[in-house]
Amino acid sequence: MNTTLRTLALLSAIVIVAIGCQRTDEGSRTAAPDVDYTDNPYTDGADLSGTTVNIFGAFVDVDAERFEKSMLPFEEATGIDIVYEGSGDFETLIRVRADGGDPPDIAAFPQPGIVADLVAGDNVLDIADWFGMEYLRQQYNDAWIDLAQIGGIQAGVWYRASVKSLVWYNLSVFEAEGYEIPETWDALLALSDRMVADGYVPWTIGIESSGATGWTATDWIEDIMLRLHPPEVYDRWVTGDLPFNSPEVREAVTVMADIWFNEDHVLGGRQGIVLTPFGDAPTPLTVDPPAALMHRQASFIAGFFPEEGAEVGRTIGFFYLPPIDPAQGRPVLGAGDLFGPMRDRPEVRAVMRYLSTGESTRAWLESGGFVSPHNDTSPDWYPTVTDRGIAQILQGATTFRFDASDLMPGAVGAGTFWTEITDYVNDPDADLGEKLAIIDASWPR
Amino acid sequence: MGDRGRRLLIAAGALLGVVLLFAGSFRFMTDPDSPRPLVALVALIVGVGGVWAFFLALDLLVAQLPIRTRDNLRPYVFVLPALVVLGIYIIYPTVYTLYVSFFDYNLGAGAPQNFGLQNYVRAFSDPQLFLAFRNNLLWLIFVPLFSVSIGLVLAVTTDRIEWERAAKSLVFLPMAISFVGAAVIWRFVYYFSLFGEQIGLLNAIVVAFGGNPVGWLRIEPWNNLFLIVIMIWLQTGFAMVILSSAVKGVPGSLLEAARIDGAGEIRIFFRVIVPYIGGTILTVTTTIVILVLKVFDIVFVMTSGRFNTDVIANRMYSMMFRTGQSGQGAALAVLLLIAVIPIMIRNIRNLDPA
Repeated sequence: MNTTLRTLALLSAIVIVAIGCQRTDEGSRTAAPDVDYTDNPYTDGADLSGTTVNIFGAFVDVDAERFEKSMLPFEEATGIDIVYEGSGDFETLIRVRADGGDPPDIAAFPQPGIVADLVAGDNVLDIADWFGMEYLRQQYNDAWIDLAQIGGIQAGVWYRASVKSLVWYNLSVFEAEGYEIPETWDALLALSDRMVADGYVPWTIGIESSGATGWTATDWIEDIMLRLHPPEVYDRWVTGDLPFNSPEVREAVTVMADIWFNEDHVLGGRQGIVLTPFGDAPTPLTVDPPAALMHRQASFIAGFFPEEGAEVGRTIGFFYLPPIDPAQGRPVLGAGDLFGPMRDRPEVRAVMRYLSTGESTRAWLESGGFVSPHNDTSPDWYPTVTDRGIAQILQGATTFRFDASDLMPGAVGAGTFWTEITDYVNDPDADLGEKLAIIDASWPR
Repeated sequence: MGDRGRRLLIAAGALLGVVLLFAGSFRFMTDPDSPRPLVALVALIVGVGGVWAFFLALDLLVAQLPIRTRDNLRPYVFVLPALVVLGIYIIYPTVYTLYVSFFDYNLGAGAPQNFGLQNYVRAFSDPQLFLAFRNNLLWLIFVPLFSVSIGLVLAVTTDRIEWERAAKSLVFLPMAISFVGAAVIWRFVYYFSLFGEQIGLLNAIVVAFGGNPVGWLRIEPWNNLFLIVIMIWLQTGFAMVILSSAVKGVPGSLLEAARIDGAGEIRIFFRVIVPYIGGTILTVTTTIVILVLKVFDIVFVMTSGRFNTDVIANRMYSMMFRTGQSGQGAALAVLLLIAVIPIMIRNIRNLDPA
């Protein structure tokens, strides 16, 4: 029995020592020098130092580091500790945590689709109650404000914008062959034909993304929808009032199919499209000689370029995916990260106020590959011509619409829209009307 | 009496200490600020040593009781913690899943509502689910058939060769690989390069013989078999090892008698060995069948159910977590559970020596 007791005591001792180490660790951190924590625009003159705010989001690794770096000015000014936790399984875990009564203080949603569910479950709070609409309208333009209006509340603030209507291309070949940046869809098609005649493959496309395979295809369709039809049609499509199996949507898919299913125009043909991971799809642009010349993908894809041979501005360029119908102007398809508050404490409000300012994105923005949706972000902060160029495309948009699949109910936007279009691309015998009807049938009503 | 009271107090104190230890270490481990290596260390010590200490402390407490109560109580003391853990992690989720499957329920979107059979109705009117059923059936037929028969042949043949151990280790090796790991390995076997050199094993061979690279995973319906091969590769070793020990249990005198009676080796295999180890073959088969019914990881990693390779478990996962239709996902889970139960009962009966 004595041995038992001794073992127990030993175990307890080890654990207590371990926990003790932890305590001293914390002690040294909170023992801050004399700083005035009330002089900042975020805490309404209160000293909230020593408190902690948890943010849970989907970005990890380098992105998480950059985010944490951009939170430092706030932490120094207020003494509030922001603890960021990122997970590749964010979309699953945030539902589980909200449902289990353990939500983070703030959630960084990469897709507003989930937000609608969480708002319906009273898990996301209304920031219009905190800051008022006047303040929000001063920080963001109306398009962003409307997009954050989910389930009848202002469900958070936009932090990162992503511009999807971009075509990346091999700069060297464009210069050598004297190819001009196409300003219309017809010019784009003519350019593709010329490339084929010159012995090149115009496009590289990859839609593989494990469980999310197909989203690249849905982005193409959305971009084309905005170029064929007025934004009102797009909006009706997003809300489910315009069925998938309608002439409008069928037309959009057909425009895409005309490029995609032309085996001379796409590297690897249908097979290449469905089997290539989206992150590997731009690689053919970057090899020498390039295996393909153009790749349509959002601004973030620059982060997926291989280290070698891909220098944006020198070997790789980008242009705005040209309009189809001039009457529709220059629409831009985009997406963004929405930071929604899930708990109400003074320090959470302070962090949310900080996130609504361009200042909160500055460190990340300066490290490149980031577009800020805030009104008070200075164009001078963008480190490269590329970043500034993408920001300009966003600013020059006559219409801005959010990624439709992100806004549709999960069963469609993260379900059948992806899977049925993937099937349609994979199977040459597939009937488009039939596939679109399956998507319509899956819409929860 | 005072002595006994003191010992009782010590035992109760030890138990309380262990419980406090659990609570404290749990708080420490869930604190996001805790340094990771220390968390791992604490988890290791508390996870292994803590459970052991918990049993010792409980036992110590029981030992202080009068002999009769002690003997009656002791089995429960040992079984109870396991039952509690099973209750929390198996029984409760099962019952809750059953409950949720009768409601419209999206995870995170509030309480379940609208009691009814709608999720089951929807499940059976979904053409994709029928496809998943068909694919599960393919898995159910091919995996046990091939892994058990190949395993059995290997068990009998390696029994006769000199380098038996080496041969068996080689076949058994894939068992040590997780499903996800195996799927990643096989992704490279089937890999299709968009341009340049084909780095996938199969396509490299095809190209070496002058063919055009093939996108294996998109060829329907053969892609199902390409996935099934992975599971066979994983499970043959398991079947072989279990069957091998059964084969070694066949009495030499029996085989000798058969030979004296003039039976050939093939005949001995079918008429003597197989009937003798029939029970083991059945157990191995049912174990693999249960495993196959749950198949998820391989499909999830390789195709995520694309190109008509979906199986029920993967469909359940995507509904529950990707698209948030938890009620419908739960209904699929229940259907899967119902399918497993008969085989489960068969297997448990088989384990029972009585």
